[in-house]
Amino acid sequence: MSALTDLLDRAERVYRDWRFTTVKEWKARTGGLAVGYMPVWVPREVLHAQGVLPVGVMGAGDDLEIIRGDAYYQSYICHIPRSTIELALNGSLDCLDGMLFPATCDVIRNLSGIWKLTFADKLVRYYDTPQDFDPARGGAFVRKDLEELSEDLARRGARPLTAAALRRSVEAYNENRRLVRGLYDLRRDAPWKVPTYELYVLLRAGMVLPVEESSAMLASYRAAVEADTSRRPMDQARVVLSGSFCEQPPLGLLKTLERSGCYIVDDDLAQVHRWIRSDVPLEGDPLDALVAASLHDAIPHPTRWSEGEKKGEDLVERVRRSRAGGVLFAAPSFCDPALLDQPMAVAAIERAGIPWTAFKYAENGGQFQVIREQAGTFADSIKLWSAA
Amino acid sequence: MPTPKDALKDDSQLRQKTMIADHFTRLSRAPDTGEKCVYTYVPGNLTELLRAFGTLPVLPEINALQSGMRGKSRDFIALAEKTGHSEDVCAYVKSDIGMQAAGNVGPTGERLPKPDLLLLSYTGCFTFLKWFELLREQYQCPTVMLHVPYQGEGAITASMRKYVVDQIKEKLIPALEQVTGRAYDEDLLKEHLARSAKAEDDLVAVLESAKHVPSPIDSWFGGVYYIGPIFTAFRGTQDAVEYYRMLRAEVEERVRLGKGPVTPDGDLERERYRVVVEGPPPWTHFRELWKMFADEGAVVVASTYTKVGGVYDFGFRHDPSRPLETLADYCMGCYTNLNLPTRVDMIARYVREYSADGFLINSVKSCKSFSAGQLMILREVEKRTGRPGGFIESDLVDPRYFSAANVKNRLESYFQMIEQKRTGVGVA
Ligand code: SF4
Ligand code: SF4
Repeated sequence: MSALTDLLDRAERVYRDWRFTTVKEWKARTGGLAVGYMPVWVPREVLHAQGVLPVGVMGAGDDLEIIRGDAYYQSYICHIPRSTIELALNGSLDCLDGMLFPATCDVIRNLSGIWKLTFADKLVRYYDTPQDFDPARGGAFVRKDLEELSEDLARRGARPLTAAALRRSVEAYNENRRLVRGLYDLRRDAPWKVPTYELYVLLRAGMVLPVEESSAMLASYRAAVEADTSRRPMDQARVVLSGSFCEQPPLGLLKTLERSGCYIVDDDLAQVHRWIRSDVPLEGDPLDALVAASLHDAIPHPTRWSEGEKKGEDLVERVRRSRAGGVLFAAPSFCDPALLDQPMAVAAIERAGIPWTAFKYAENGGQFQVIREQAGTFADSIKLWSAA
Repeated sequence: MPTPKDALKDDSQLRQKTMIADHFTRLSRAPDTGEKCVYTYVPGNLTELLRAFGTLPVLPEINALQSGMRGKSRDFIALAEKTGHSEDVCAYVKSDIGMQAAGNVGPTGERLPKPDLLLLSYTGCFTFLKWFELLREQYQCPTVMLHVPYQGEGAITASMRKYVVDQIKEKLIPALEQVTGRAYDEDLLKEHLARSAKAEDDLVAVLESAKHVPSPIDSWFGGVYYIGPIFTAFRGTQDAVEYYRMLRAEVEERVRLGKGPVTPDGDLERERYRVVVEGPPPWTHFRELWKMFADEGAVVVASTYTKVGGVYDFGFRHDPSRPLETLADYCMGCYTNLNLPTRVDMIARYVREYSADGFLINSVKSCKSFSAGQLMILREVEKRTGRPGGFIESDLVDPRYFSAANVKNRLESYFQMIEQKRTGVGVA
């Protein structure tokens, strides 16, 4: 096997391992705490600075049969909370000393309560990300929240938070984000070099592995694909995939989209890596810098208030920047934030004369034939449109 | 709030009807009179502040539920879905969007004014954000985001309170000054808050009357009428003070006479089951469901839905001596802003304190803020109280999700379960 295949193999194994073997190994090796987090807005730097391993818990995809999780949720609620609770009940999350539930939607918010009721011995925190972006208001509030989180972690045996350690962690995550951004840029410029399903498994592995290991993996991947001359451009339509920021589409779906003739040149997948847009400054107080980034450098998002902005304009801008020919709206079924955002985004996309199509998915969905045809027809129409 | 046809004919109800009618007439005339209108939500509504600025509140959720009761929501939802809204999302939003697309004619048949300000009191529901983004797109009017932190840890901290107070002081008040051309008058706000507290005392007395056996009120089907004024445009007004005084006197009289609650068919003759209900009612089939309860002799003695616009029965009152802090505490204390453990404690407490035979969850498809986690609540409350829990499913205003036969079946088995528990006969 080539080094690239080995690397992708390992990334996919980590991504698919709902038993979190690497987390258990890390804990055995380091004796540190591991804390899980759900999408999207998590300041992983704070955990890292205290010697805690942040572990992304994004449901169980299509790899786990849901037995007990369905007893927790009605049919009209998305899939991710039921597979997440299933993981907890089958013991997969025993290796986690706590869970963070960021302010993404009512389902995740209430899941934090289910966790509190069910796992009383674990650290469970709802992380209320600010919707007011004034430093003295939203900033002060979120800073206090982070301080409380860090005190909670210290009470459970983590190292106390220091400015020096946090600065180092910010540096480590800046580096990781730079590598991720670099790969997104490379995919935008040469999508045949960076298929989305490859990039995606690397990002998912990077949510479970220590950041240093993830960065090494991303750098090796980049070097390998840049050197790989066998990857040649094909006649595919460039599209932006929008709406998949929380419950993730199954890997098979991403592959299907690419096989149906689309190059995904921008997306909302595994957004924890990209919700801060640029490097967090290393000067001054690092906690202040992190707070400022969450106020002023966070991506526009369906779950985030946008002061005065016209909804959907950021998506239009992303389409332009990535030179995409259209937008594939792909939202999880029953996802209010994504689905209520969509009509506004569609209006903006239509105002800009950009073609689009939409479908829904569930993380455990297995039938892609209809989506394949829909995406294939869409890709053809984009190609025709751009040839005209 | 809903206007009962023949169900509740007490003086207080007639008074409420007049208050609502007058308010909607005033709203419809606002474009001519120049009165400013502020759209906002029931949870976390800052009516005293809005009124102190002389603005008129418009509550889109109330319009949506009224559309449900008047049988209009089906068409409004269809209209919204035709314009790209998903079948999966909250039907309140779709009903409202559809109503506006159809001319924005409100529940009284009069046209509603456009908002001069959207006050996004972001309390206990993420969908509120999307809803007002949609309205902002449509009306292009100023919008204030008031971020109300969730009680994730089960308490209000000083930092949370300061965050809300600072937003009110530095964002909302200047926006209201701008829209109305009036200066903030704290003394006036205090007067409103003092009146709120009076009405809240009387409301709590009304709700707690259900501790009597038999209960003189139904705290869900009847309760939604009782909370009408205080949850909507009237908290802090003299009208509300008088309404609640009147209502309390009527309820006390019912207690004195040993009367049961009013039902769609008149007074309930015999109280057979006392239940606590969690979740909102299905407005499209409100009377039908009410009748199913009444036919079984089931009385709702406490409900969580009557706490979405404020939880008053555990001691909170608006406090004029700390006007902005009290508004912040009010917002953070609304039911859907409470975490699940607190909700479980509250329901378990209701079951005990109201001597309930059990509790029933009406899970509505629209509202994840309520429904995500209700199956957990069901198990926890059963475990803590040892009383049986029941579960029915429907929707707030989307009639496609109400199956009368199914609900009736489930209710019958549920009441049977209570019966068996009472007589000690095991369920096979
Ligand atoms: S998929 Fe959507 S509705 Fe479900 S938990 Fe995630 S953000 Fe919430
Ligand atoms: S989700 Fe629930 S609380 Fe939010 S707007 Fe819809 S019905 Fe109201």
